[in-house]
Amino acid sequence: MSNERIIRPSDADKIMKTLYDDISRRLEGSPTGNCPVELTSAFLKMCLAQSCGKCVPCRIGLDKLAALLDKVLDGEATMADLDVIETTAQAISDSADCAIGFEGAKLVLDGFKAFKDDYVAHVQTGMCTANFHDIPCMAACPAHVDIPGYIGNVQAGNYADAIKTIRKDNPFPSVCGLVCEHPCERDCRRNLVDDAVNIRGLKRVAVEKAGKVATPEVAAATGKKVAIIGGGPSGLTAAYYLRLKGHEVKVFEQRKQLGGMLRYGIPPYRLPDKWLDADIDAIIGTGIEVEKNVSVDKAKFEAIKKEYDAVYLAIGAQKGSGLRVEGEDGEGVMSAVEILRKIGDGEAPSFKGKTVVVIGGGNVAMDATRSSIRLGADKVICAYRRRVEDMPAQTEEIEGAMAEGAEIMSMMAPVKVQLENGKVTGMVLQQQITGPVDRGRPSVSAADAPETVVPCDIVIVAIGQAIDSKPFEENGVPVGRKSNIPTDIFGAVGDGVFAGGDCVFGPETVIRAIEGGKVAASHMDEYLGGNGDIRVAAPRVPASYKFQGPCGRVNLTERPAAERKNDFNLMEFGMSDEECKQECSRCMRCDHYGLGKRKEGTL
Amino acid sequence: MAKINLVIDGKNIAVEEGTTILNAAAQAGIKIPTLCYFKDLNDIGACRICVVEVEGQSKLNAACNTLCEEGMVVKTNSPRVLKARETNLKLILAKHDGNCVTCKRSGNCKLQELTQELNINDNPYEQKAPKDKWDMSLPFTRKDSKCISCMRCIEVCDQIQGVNVWDLIGTGSHARVGVTGAKTLTEAGCAMCGQCVTHCPVGALIERDDTQKLFDAIADPDKIVVAQVAPAVRAAWGDELGLNPEFATEKRMAAAMRRLGVDYVFDTNFTADLTIMEEGSEFIERMTHPGEYKMPMFTSCCPGWVRFVKMHYPEYVNNLSTAKSPQQMFGAVAKSYFAEKIGKEAKDIFCVSIMPCTAKKYECDVPEVNDASDKDVDMVLTTREFGRAVKKLSIIPELLPEEEFDSPLGSGTGAAVIFGATGGVMEAALRSAYFLITGEEVDADAFKDVRGLNGWRDATFQAGDITVRVAIASGLANTRALMEEIKSGRAEYDFVEIMACPGGCAGGGGQPIVDGAELAGERKERLYVIDKKNPLRRSHENPDVQAIYKEFFEKPLSHKSHELLHTKQEDWSL
Repeated sequence: MSNERIIRPSDADKIMKTLYDDISRRLEGSPTGNCPVELTSAFLKMCLAQSCGKCVPCRIGLDKLAALLDKVLDGEATMADLDVIETTAQAISDSADCAIGFEGAKLVLDGFKAFKDDYVAHVQTGMCTANFHDIPCMAACPAHVDIPGYIGNVQAGNYADAIKTIRKDNPFPSVCGLVCEHPCERDCRRNLVDDAVNIRGLKRVAVEKAGKVATPEVAAATGKKVAIIGGGPSGLTAAYYLRLKGHEVKVFEQRKQLGGMLRYGIPPYRLPDKWLDADIDAIIGTGIEVEKNVSVDKAKFEAIKKEYDAVYLAIGAQKGSGLRVEGEDGEGVMSAVEILRKIGDGEAPSFKGKTVVVIGGGNVAMDATRSSIRLGADKVICAYRRRVEDMPAQTEEIEGAMAEGAEIMSMMAPVKVQLENGKVTGMVLQQQITGPVDRGRPSVSAADAPETVVPCDIVIVAIGQAIDSKPFEENGVPVGRKSNIPTDIFGAVGDGVFAGGDCVFGPETVIRAIEGGKVAASHMDEYLGGNGDIRVAAPRVPASYKFQGPCGRVNLTERPAAERKNDFNLMEFGMSDEECKQECSRCMRCDHYGLGKRKEGTL
Repeated sequence: MAKINLVIDGKNIAVEEGTTILNAAAQAGIKIPTLCYFKDLNDIGACRICVVEVEGQSKLNAACNTLCEEGMVVKTNSPRVLKARETNLKLILAKHDGNCVTCKRSGNCKLQELTQELNINDNPYEQKAPKDKWDMSLPFTRKDSKCISCMRCIEVCDQIQGVNVWDLIGTGSHARVGVTGAKTLTEAGCAMCGQCVTHCPVGALIERDDTQKLFDAIADPDKIVVAQVAPAVRAAWGDELGLNPEFATEKRMAAAMRRLGVDYVFDTNFTADLTIMEEGSEFIERMTHPGEYKMPMFTSCCPGWVRFVKMHYPEYVNNLSTAKSPQQMFGAVAKSYFAEKIGKEAKDIFCVSIMPCTAKKYECDVPEVNDASDKDVDMVLTTREFGRAVKKLSIIPELLPEEEFDSPLGSGTGAAVIFGATGGVMEAALRSAYFLITGEEVDADAFKDVRGLNGWRDATFQAGDITVRVAIASGLANTRALMEEIKSGRAEYDFVEIMACPGGCAGGGGQPIVDGAELAGERKERLYVIDKKNPLRRSHENPDVQAIYKEFFEKPLSHKSHELLHTKQEDWSL
């Protein structure tokens, strides 16, 4: 009799598949700061459960490894046991018959190497270096905004209190309501149930409903003077908190307007001026002096250092990185930074009738692509040398650009810019092949294929930004390998000079820039004789969460692509009252349930 | 304030907004069992014993931290609730060393009480308690095998004492309470105040039991056992023996001490009066010689506070009065003046003190405060151990008669007895300082502005042409706040009294435990009643103190008193 059968998954298979889905969602929304040994032990037990049981290293080895890890956890292991763990894991990794075994052992081995200190602490002191993040969204937010606190206020309709709650840690509620990259959502505990709460969306509701909210009263004058160099998110954050502590603050801004990359990097269809100015006006309204159109050169910096008691450097990463290929100085080649800056000042050229090639795959490349469409280009192509899934840009940005008509040419590396009479006529690209994984992502190399010429009029280079730290370096500020200004974990450079934002770490997100400004402000206040406590408390609403089972997450919608691609007006819609209510009810109030309870009321 | 209407177990209840289900139920006469909960301190909902069912909600709620909402219908004893509560209790028991018979908290244990209340007869879960890893020679001991991770100790040390000695170590099934950052107690800044001990619902945190040491000394024919008892002990000793406060008088306490078999029943009140003479005189010396001494002067009678300064504000060590604590002064006097009086040598005397305190167990071992011999105070029993010692000898406390303390170290004034209450040392010092400065007596209640339970109080008094700005704090979180104000220059004082325990020694870490209750206020008031009844209410009026100066020390701050009654604060080791 033939062995062929038609097979459909059994009910048990289906349930097991659901359980696997639950586990993967749980892993995705994992709490952070757990004991690495305990987690490794749990992973290992799952690998063991997946073993077929044929080969010795997998069947017996993983089991013995698990027993050794338990010994560590029980505080019974010796340093010799740690050696056994390492050699066992190595042997299984080397000799198991299939990936079930060798990948399982690799997991232990990699973890063992990465968390050696923790293993040793368990053995030597019976202690664990784990540091559980009790309120996951707050811990994940670089500015540690009291997220459950403002969601509670939004839920109760106390929108102004929600803004005050946000401002306690972040003076840019309006900006972040639209463009924050929301790392908080990645760690949201709701992920364990269904999907993260739409935290940014709820912040946007607070901003839209609250209108203008007064900033806290400025403390009594301290008589100290602070200079802030650079009026971007980091500089203005530091300015705000230092001003509230009673210091006299002046911001020196190179450009015509404040906002830094918020104005000159993020196009207005994502962040309209009106929204940006709402935050900037509130910050400056606390009584901060501003001097615009001033470039701080060597002499100026020297004078500032003499006149002020402390200085905060937040000069950002303003220079576009060059392509370093033939023809890059031709007419029609420009950097993304340059074009976005012109858009910020309302001086953008028209691309009517033109074909544009954007080089790069990050968020800035997407901003350049989508802006080019809005500037009237006939055709916009984004060329990237890796796969679409390797693009650093957020998925929704890539999808948005494609919906607006952009063409993504992946696996294409720039070779040279084709010029005629010094003017761009095309972009020469070389097809790539994806290869072995190197530092977490597949490497690429030139494929065995001929070069392609994409005819075009404009080439926009969006492959990174550089820091212009020269004037400060000349004044003795130490400068790092990438022309960045390194600081300690308090944001201090030394001698009353502090730094933060993109000029320290290279281009990062808005919320990272805010983190830098806030941390530095606290330590600058201490440096100036204050207590470093820069937060101004806001009213909180006690939790009244009721678990009602899984519920879909409200995602924000956008204007139709065919419409929005014609203008620079805000493209995203906010939440309806109905959606807001439901989304608020999804917040599991980790400030009240779980270990976060210990901090409730003091956040 | 708006009222909220809800139904609990069929009863209609109206409560203030912000009331928890637990409190609402209590207002309606409905008891919801709790375990980890401690009023105003711990409502983290860890034990899940107080869970209740709220109609329309899929999960059970912790009554201790769920606020009442309009229209709520709550069931405190539904089948789901009972099953979950029972299961959770059994799970806790599975990780707890249930060998109750040898546990010091047996009979006064929240877990034991709950297990009986919920009528638990068996447990399907294998009982496996973690192993104990603790240096049992420390003044208090911590047993992982008994700990139920209620985290009260973490909270009391964090919120009330602001020291953060305890923390949750590790995560998941191996999470447990331990010393923050794998440190030793001293590295972690522990004052050894024992507040964690008095807030522990079970036998996880307990003072080191030294009762056997006392019985050994009593049995030793070559030793003359001299006992002293701290002021605050008299306000609470009866609680440990089930006596009502009216019956548990000072004189019955003296009788109980005598029944233990000690040779002399003395009173730390005597050296409290002596402390005032020395510390008061030192204060006047400091006040009248501006620039020569560090100001403000801090009291030094509380070893928890002294440890705290040394670890957290070392730059202020020389602001501490050089006067030893009454306990150590007593030891020094007992092994010099008193030994001489009865024709004995220091080595013949065995000095035991009964203290409301765990830090005193540490203090008596500090070499720098032992000057009349190697060990002026040989051992310390807490109030709780004193009670246990009485029980061990099958003394029937209800039949104790009233007896006098022995002479000459058994007398004390009202000023001495209030040492046991926050503000008491200050008030006692002011009563005598006023006399020492002006030569005139003032009404003993003239300084009662320093009394109270507020964590931090201040006042200004005039004595002759000297204006004295005083501050009083109790509880180390309050103390830290006060120290920060002094350090920043925002507050300026001349004389500051600090007690590590909230409410002072009346609320000490060695006092009898009544789970869930903060009794410092009540016990403190008993001390003021005793003060008021005493015809002598100023330390300098104590005739035995006057005699010791005449016969032995000559005068306060004399060479001899410096030798025996004072210490160099910066020399103290930790």
